[in-house]
Amino acid sequence: MPSLVSLRDVCFSYGSRDVLHGVTLDVPRGKLVAIMGGSGCGKTTLMRLIGGQLKPRSGQVTVCGASVPALDREALYALRRRMSMLFQFGALFTDMTVFDNVAFLMREHSDMPEPVIRDLVLMKLHAVGLRGAEALLPSELSGGMARRVALARAIALDPELMMYDEPFAGLDPISLGVIGQLIRRLNNALGASSIVVTHDVQESLQIVDYVYFLSGGKVVAEGTPEEIRASRDPWVHQFVWGETDGPVPFQVPAPSYEEALLGVQRA
Amino acid sequence: MLERTAYAFRLIGAKVVNGVWRVGQLARFFALILLHSGTSFRRLQLTLREVYFSGVLSLIIIMVSGLFVGMVLGLQGFDTLQRYGSEEILGVLVALSLVRELGPVVAGLLFASRAGSAMTAEIGLMKATEQLAAMDMMAVDPVARVVAPRFWGGVISMPILALLFSAMGVLGGYLVGVMLIGIDSGSFWAQMQAAVDFRRDILNGVIKSVVFGVAVSLVAVFEGYDSDATAEGVSRATTRTVVTSSLAILGLDFILTSFMFRG
Repeated sequence: MPSLVSLRDVCFSYGSRDVLHGVTLDVPRGKLVAIMGGSGCGKTTLMRLIGGQLKPRSGQVTVCGASVPALDREALYALRRRMSMLFQFGALFTDMTVFDNVAFLMREHSDMPEPVIRDLVLMKLHAVGLRGAEALLPSELSGGMARRVALARAIALDPELMMYDEPFAGLDPISLGVIGQLIRRLNNALGASSIVVTHDVQESLQIVDYVYFLSGGKVVAEGTPEEIRASRDPWVHQFVWGETDGPVPFQVPAPSYEEALLGVQRA
Repeated sequence: MLERTAYAFRLIGAKVVNGVWRVGQLARFFALILLHSGTSFRRLQLTLREVYFSGVLSLIIIMVSGLFVGMVLGLQGFDTLQRYGSEEILGVLVALSLVRELGPVVAGLLFASRAGSAMTAEIGLMKATEQLAAMDMMAVDPVARVVAPRFWGGVISMPILALLFSAMGVLGGYLVGVMLIGIDSGSFWAQMQAAVDFRRDILNGVIKSVVFGVAVSLVAVFEGYDSDATAEGVSRATTRTVVTSSLAILGLDFILTSFMFRG
């Protein structure tokens, strides 16, 4: 089956700071793929490259058969209508109610009459368990509820590709489980392909089909959740089991500790 | 010493280059707004909503300020005019000062600090909370959907507010001049009616207020859209909006006045 999203040797840098060098990965149709890695390893950047918000320095980014960096604005917008992204903190429109947030895309991109929109919005809200919250404003929602509303908004027009940016960050264990199951269920129900960018290993391994590990701007490991759990790769092992000791350093590269402390004393 | 002078020159040079750069960006952004203004007029309720937020909600401050400015003009004008025995032209003085200058300028300054700063803060916070990025990812152009309606809302509101400011000012002048001091009501209105020309005075005042509306709204939406996506960035952008648009109003007022009332 051809991949819905494919990246080939993608390099990207913010100014002089290299973020990705030579990332290659595929997201097959209908599959839920996780991209994992520590903070600042370029996961979100990768997603923005797929969404066309950033352009790679070199390499190919292909979505639904189209080369994303080569698209003009109109073609990019046409492609974006087929994909959807859940932002880390929901990015709900704060001046609109929950109902209007979910109805936003339907009103912008379709000519559906208001009664049809109303039914669809209620269905989407029901799918995330928040039909009773339609009249609330985003400021009246908890973090988990806001994430679920954002999810309902993201699936409003049944996208072919769903992208989730840190969907589990800052959630309590119950909300975390609920969001995880929702992501899995929605992927199956919509027949969509999904990319979950996360560093929440245990929750992700329960729901995804395939995992890519990103470190230092490269894919350092990949495999199914079973393969990842059984991996003897020291990097994967440290990350999956959250060990403090291993090949992944805790400290940001810096001059020697002793030198830094003594240097201060001498000055 | 030489090094310090060179540093000072470099600093000035950088500031000038940066300023010119920003003016260029502002002009490009203006063109972008005009290009993406279709939605603002096709879906008029988007623009009307912004007219409500920037115009209707500014009514109180504009009307109260207009009333007081007119009352002060009445007192000061009477004090000066009575030395020459010309109290009856108090109405002319109040009306001309207001419709030609104070109406557009003071209403513009108030509009910049009341509505302009709110526009910047709102757009800046939408950017900081990724709402604009989310909209862009949903294939909805944030310039067309968020920026342009706010810009046009401001442009439509500003002349109406300036006219209301002037009207309230004239009323304030009347209250002080006629009701308080006791100038003849008939001569107050008749002199005003005879001296104020619709095209030369009122229309020019309206043109000024439209130009100020464009300037304030453009600066406000640009600063919001261009702000750093942090709390500090939004706060700096809001301050810049008030400072830049106030200076723009005063500068533009001089240029417009020199063209409109050359003699």
